[in-house]
Amino acid sequence: MAKLMTEQRFASPDDVYQMLIDSHRDLTPDQSTRLNAKLILLLANHIGDAEVLAEALRVARQGVE
Amino acid sequence: MHATFSYPKYSFIPSEEQRTGSVRRHPVVVIGAGPVGLTAALDFARKGVPVVVLDAEDTVSVGSRAVCYAKRALEVWDRLGVGRRMIDKGVVWKIGKVFNGDRMVYQFDLLPEPDHKIPAFINLQQYYLEDFLVTQARESDLIDLRWLSRVISAKQEADHVVLQVETPDGVHAVEADWVIACDGAKSSVRKMLGLEFQGEVFKDRFLIADVVMKADFPAERWFWFDPPFHRKQSALLHMQPDNVWRLDFQLGWDADPEEEKKPERVIPRVQAMLGADTPFELEWVSVYTFQCRRLERFRHGRILFAGDSAHQVSPFGARGANSGVPDADNLVWKLALVLEGKAPESLLDSYSDERVAAAKENILNSTRSTDFITPKSEMSRVFRDAVLELAVDQPFARSLVNSGRLSTPTTYTDSPLNTPDGDAFAGRMVPGAPATDAPVERNGQPGWLMEALDGRFTVLYAAASDDMGGPVPAEVAEALDDLAAGPLPLAWHAVTDRRRGIAGELVDCAGRLRERYDLTPGSVYLIRPDQHIAARWRRFDAAALSAALDRATGR
Repeated sequence: MAKLMTEQRFASPDDVYQMLIDSHRDLTPDQSTRLNAKLILLLANHIGDAEVLAEALRVARQGVE
Repeated sequence: MHATFSYPKYSFIPSEEQRTGSVRRHPVVVIGAGPVGLTAALDFARKGVPVVVLDAEDTVSVGSRAVCYAKRALEVWDRLGVGRRMIDKGVVWKIGKVFNGDRMVYQFDLLPEPDHKIPAFINLQQYYLEDFLVTQARESDLIDLRWLSRVISAKQEADHVVLQVETPDGVHAVEADWVIACDGAKSSVRKMLGLEFQGEVFKDRFLIADVVMKADFPAERWFWFDPPFHRKQSALLHMQPDNVWRLDFQLGWDADPEEEKKPERVIPRVQAMLGADTPFELEWVSVYTFQCRRLERFRHGRILFAGDSAHQVSPFGARGANSGVPDADNLVWKLALVLEGKAPESLLDSYSDERVAAAKENILNSTRSTDFITPKSEMSRVFRDAVLELAVDQPFARSLVNSGRLSTPTTYTDSPLNTPDGDAFAGRMVPGAPATDAPVERNGQPGWLMEALDGRFTVLYAAASDDMGGPVPAEVAEALDDLAAGPLPLAWHAVTDRRRGIAGELVDCAGRLRERYDLTPGSVYLIRPDQHIAARWRRFDAAALSAALDRATGR
C-alpha cells in the first residue's frame, strides 16, 4: 500500500518553491484560489491513490484549526 | 395552462364491509395508490395474494412530477405485464450531456452495451405511468382499489393492524394481517407511528416548468452549469411524450416560491432558454426544495414502509420512484411466502436490511450530486468550478462532474440471504446483484432471460456442449424437478448453446448469457423472485442448492 512520502524529494527545492510562487504572479486572490484548486485536482489525479490523498489532507489540516 | 392529458376520475364505491357495517380481516392492505403501492398490488396479485389498496384521492398524480424511469423499475413493471405500455408511450433515452456556459464538458451513455430487452431510461409523465398501473390493477380480481379512502389511524395488535378509514360515507374500520405504507414523502402513517424521518434539508430552490412545444432537441438529458441564459445557476432540459419538455431552473434559496410560479416570472426564463421566437405553452409549473432523509428501519411490526414514505432523496439522479419500485419488488415475494407459511416472519427484516442499504446508497449519491450542483461553502464552489473548467480539456475531470448520478439498482452485497461464493466467477453477477439481461430463445421463439425470471425462484443450469457429454445429467434434472415440485415457487431452466429439445431450455443464441454470467458447463445460478442473484456454483450440488434456498428464505 502506497504511503505519503514526506522526506525531501526535489533535486532543487528552491527552484520548485519559486515555480509555485511565480505561477501566482499578477493574480488576484480569487484567481490564485482558482489556480490552486485546479492544481490540487490535477495533482490528486496524478497521485491517483485515495489513501495517500487522505493522509496528505490529514497532515495539511494539522494546526489549521 | 395547456393540458395534454385529461385526468381520470375514479369513483368511490363503498366496500361491502362499509355497507354492511362488518369488519373484515385482509391479508394485505396497501396504503397509497402511487407508483410504489400499485406496483406492490400488481405483484401480490401475480402471486395470488388478494390485496386492498386505499388511496385518499380519486385520480392520478397531478402534474408530470417524476419523469425519468430507469431500467430496473421498468424490468419490474415488465415482469408485472405493464412495462411495454410505458416504454411504448415513453421517450427512450440513454445519453446525457453536461454543459458549462455554452461548452459541452461531458457526455455519458447509461447503457453502452447491446442486447438488453429494457432500455436504460424512459421519460414519461407520472400521470401516464399511474394511469397504466391503475388500468392494469383494475383487470385483476385480486386487487380491490378503494378511492377517496383516507387512513386516519393505524393501531397494531398482536397479530394484525386496525385501520380507521375515512370515506365519503363516513369512517369505518379495516383490519389487515400486514400493512404496506406507500403514502409518500409526507406519509401520514409514519406520523401516526411517531417515527423519525432523519436527514438533511438543502437550502436551494428549483423551478420546474413543463412546456408544450415543437422542438428538435434530441431525446437526451441536457444539463447546464452557468448557462448563458441563466447565469450562475444550473438548468436542465429533457424530452417527455406529447411534445412536453421538462425544464428545470435552479433559483437559489432566496427566491420566493409563490412569485416564481407566476407565468410572468416563468415565461421570460423559458424564453431566455429557448429563444424569444420559439412558441410554447406552459403545462405545469412547480417550485421545489428537497431533502435527503430516511427512516431508520422500514419494518415496524406489521407495518412496512416502501417508497418515499421510507426514504426521500433529491431529484438529481432520478432515485425517488426508481428506488421505491425495487422496495415493492423486494418486499412482496417475502411477504407472500410469510403469508403462505413458507418462510418465517423474520424474512421481512431482510426487506428492511436490504432496502435500507439501498436507501443509504441512493442518499449518498443524491447528497453528493446536490453538493456539486449547490455548493454549500465558498471553497466547495471553487473546487466545483475548477472541475468544470478542467473538464473541457482534461478527461480525468469529467468523471468528477456530477449533475446527478442516475439511478442504478443496488447490489445487496452484505445481505444475509446471499450464499457467499465458494467457487471463482468473473463479472458482475455476484450474490446480491440484480440479474442482468441477455437474449435467449425460448420454445423456439426469440425472448429474453428476464422473461424467464418470472417472479418465482429460478435455477439456471448451464448445460454441457457437444464435446462434454449429455446436456443435463439425469440426476441433475431429477433433483431440479423435485425442487420445482416442492413447496417453494421455483422454476429451472437449462441454458444451452443451441436448441437441444430440453423442456424449458434457454438457448443462449448470442452467447451473452455465458459472457455476462461467466457460465461454464455445469455452472448453476439460483436467482430470487425479485431477480437478484442468491447463489452460484461451478458444479451442481443438490444439498448446497437446498441450503441456499433455505438461506434465501430466512429459514
